[in-house]
Amino acid sequence: MTALVGTGALVRLALRRDRLLLPVWVLGLVGITLSTASGMYELYGTEELRQQLGATAGVNPAFLAMLGPIYDHTTIGGILAWRWGVFGALLTGLMAMFLVTRHTRAEEETGRLELIGSTVTGRHAPLAAAVAVSALASLLIGVLTGLGLTGLGERAGGAFALGLAFTAVGWAFTGVGAVAAQLTESARTANAVSGAVLGAAYLLRAVGDAAGDQGPTWLTWLSPIGWLEQVRAFADDRWWVLLLPVALSALLVGAASALVTRRDHGGGLLPTRLGPARAPGSLGSAFGLAWRLQRGMLLGWTLALFALGGVYGAVARGVEQMLEANPALEKVMAQMGGSGGIVDVYLASIVGIVGLFSSIYVVQATLRLRTEETDFRAEPVLATPVRRVSWVASHLAFATLGTAVVLAAAGLGAGLVHGARVGDVGGQVGRLVGAALAHLPAVWVVAGIALALFGLVPKLVMASWAVLVVFLVLGQLGPVLGLDQWAMDLSPFTHIPKLPGADLTATPLVWLTVTAVALMAVGFAGFRRRDIG
Amino acid sequence: MSDAISVSGLVKTFGPTRALDGLDLTVRTGEVHGFLGPNGAGKSTTIRVLLGLLRADAGAATLLGGDPWRDTAGLHRRLAYVPGDVSLWPNLTGGEVIDLLGRLRGGLDERRRKDLLDRFELDPRKKGRTYSKGNRQKVALVAALASDVELLILDEPTSGLDPLMEAVFQEAVNEERGNRTVLLSSHILAEVEALCDRVSIIRNGRTVETGTLADLRHLTRTSVSAELAVAPNGLASLAGVHDLVVDGPRVRFEVDTDHLDDALRALVSSGIRSLTSRPPTLEELFLRHYEVPEAAVRS
Repeated sequence: MTALVGTGALVRLALRRDRLLLPVWVLGLVGITLSTASGMYELYGTEELRQQLGATAGVNPAFLAMLGPIYDHTTIGGILAWRWGVFGALLTGLMAMFLVTRHTRAEEETGRLELIGSTVTGRHAPLAAAVAVSALASLLIGVLTGLGLTGLGERAGGAFALGLAFTAVGWAFTGVGAVAAQLTESARTANAVSGAVLGAAYLLRAVGDAAGDQGPTWLTWLSPIGWLEQVRAFADDRWWVLLLPVALSALLVGAASALVTRRDHGGGLLPTRLGPARAPGSLGSAFGLAWRLQRGMLLGWTLALFALGGVYGAVARGVEQMLEANPALEKVMAQMGGSGGIVDVYLASIVGIVGLFSSIYVVQATLRLRTEETDFRAEPVLATPVRRVSWVASHLAFATLGTAVVLAAAGLGAGLVHGARVGDVGGQVGRLVGAALAHLPAVWVVAGIALALFGLVPKLVMASWAVLVVFLVLGQLGPVLGLDQWAMDLSPFTHIPKLPGADLTATPLVWLTVTAVALMAVGFAGFRRRDIG
Repeated sequence: MSDAISVSGLVKTFGPTRALDGLDLTVRTGEVHGFLGPNGAGKSTTIRVLLGLLRADAGAATLLGGDPWRDTAGLHRRLAYVPGDVSLWPNLTGGEVIDLLGRLRGGLDERRRKDLLDRFELDPRKKGRTYSKGNRQKVALVAALASDVELLILDEPTSGLDPLMEAVFQEAVNEERGNRTVLLSSHILAEVEALCDRVSIIRNGRTVETGTLADLRHLTRTSVSAELAVAPNGLASLAGVHDLVVDGPRVRFEVDTDHLDDALRALVSSGIRSLTSRPPTLEELFLRHYEVPEAAVRS
């Protein structure tokens, strides 16, 4: 086993580097899960309320697409597994793939791994260490979730079935991350590949879950997130389903380590091709450079949210049929999407989710500024006549206007599919694109926060992600957690009118835009005055 | 002619670290000025203040007649910069980066671009992430040298270049002599000796020596070794003679250049059979300044 020599030391190095990051991920995820559960004791406190939920949510295609089927509505644990299972799985998968990339390809790309590789470390040690750290973090999430839910009074079998299902999804995406890290030369691309797999896993199970008895329900079985649902924690506790993600994980990690021996250090599997010897005419300004650096990410997000909008749009018509019989569910939907026609309520709630997704894009696009700076690529550009303000503006243009493109694509996807089903493509496209674009001011506030941090306290730009998570929790779980209105009001997304359906009120949009512009102005002013580097 | 760069009493602190501690630097228009110092002496910090990337805490800096912090864009139109550790965009080819930086500066000399690519033997079609350190350095050098600017600021530009490419670089800078002002930070002494009209030596954020190479040598000692007819006498008591070793008729010593005359007179009186004297190399100059304890330098 000389190929694994040094793995222990590398694991310790990774734990040292991530001494803050890992606890935040693990405790954050477990914390959200447990606080969501405790909120539910109030929301679904009585047998009657739970029966009501089961009769409605379990058969509604919109909920099926967004959250999956509800297998046990008689216990809080079962309701939690339905309400939070898919999102918890997404976040655990995200953590796993980020961790693996961070300790493999990212290290290799910066050249730090080369330094380590020259010491007594086996060829497979870096990969083994990254996999071990990610698998351990996933296991901790599972065990702590199991213990915590048991502590809240839920049945231990169900609690650990759900917890370990999170673990298994984490392991599966550890494997995905490990393979992606071998394929590409850059960590950014590796994360994009893993992210696409994660997105596909979510969509496959969304289509499969909402398909109905005659449809392709087997699609759910192609998705690691679908496997989590099929464990049916608290209902059947089907432990054997966990073998699927564990087997997939073993297979992928095995494949990744086979790939390690087939490629050069620093190289990917795909051969590097030569590029053009001259720059195209578009690459001659700060804006041209930003376009070149940002266009790939913008295209990826646009396609992904177009597809997401399409999947959500596909089930909108079914909502109408199902909800008409179940006024109780309307209350639940109204929490998420405001009041209005039943379908509009559903559409407004999916547009809300799309708004949150697009703010992930806006943070990524804005923080590109900081990456350029810390990787010493801003310096040569700022040593040319390019002004600091123009350099920041060139990237911010993609963050702010790119979000409009991404949101419009989601609205277009939903409008086209839903419109085709109800025979009103022109009308639905217009309404849904408009509804999606109404989220722009809130997303711009997120961009403003990221830019203000970049200008004033560049070392803390990563706090932008924490702010985003807070907004996510406030928006998606606020009502479940029983938070006060003032707390919910902290999120800019709370103030967006729940379109389509609600009345379009311009005042909050204007105020959010003013806030965003003010935050951006602070960012610009801070950056003009501070040191680079 | 006015000075291209004039810096006095520059102070820059990073938290508890005082990176620049009253640094002075004058670069005359049209000269190639060597900027010497050990790692961490403050060379890159000075350059980054001159580029308006860092804001000085105290002191005055003038670059091409302007204020490097306030007149940034206008000044940058007239200069090109090569950092010591070039970081390229992984997805852009070397040729694209050269064109991009050239266009941002306001244009490239096409003929020089092609000529420099040939001489540096650089393939412009490779992606940024596939270049070695030396080749990344060449990308930035070609972009800077092919730009139509009056000032070149080069921060250890040849780190990672092999000796052949180092020679190409020296040749290219020599061709610029007179047409442009060059500030060349380095710790490769042969490079500075071959290229620079004047040098400034800094240490711990302060200038310890500045002048032409001849000026600086004047302040230092000459090594003398000689074979004499008879054993020397009186040498040891002469002012300015150091490290005297007498081995029968053979002597070796170092003498302060100011006292060379007296020392030679003493040798002549003993009858010289053979004599070698060597002016101090920049190496010795450098070592002398760096090895002196800090207190002595500050006093």
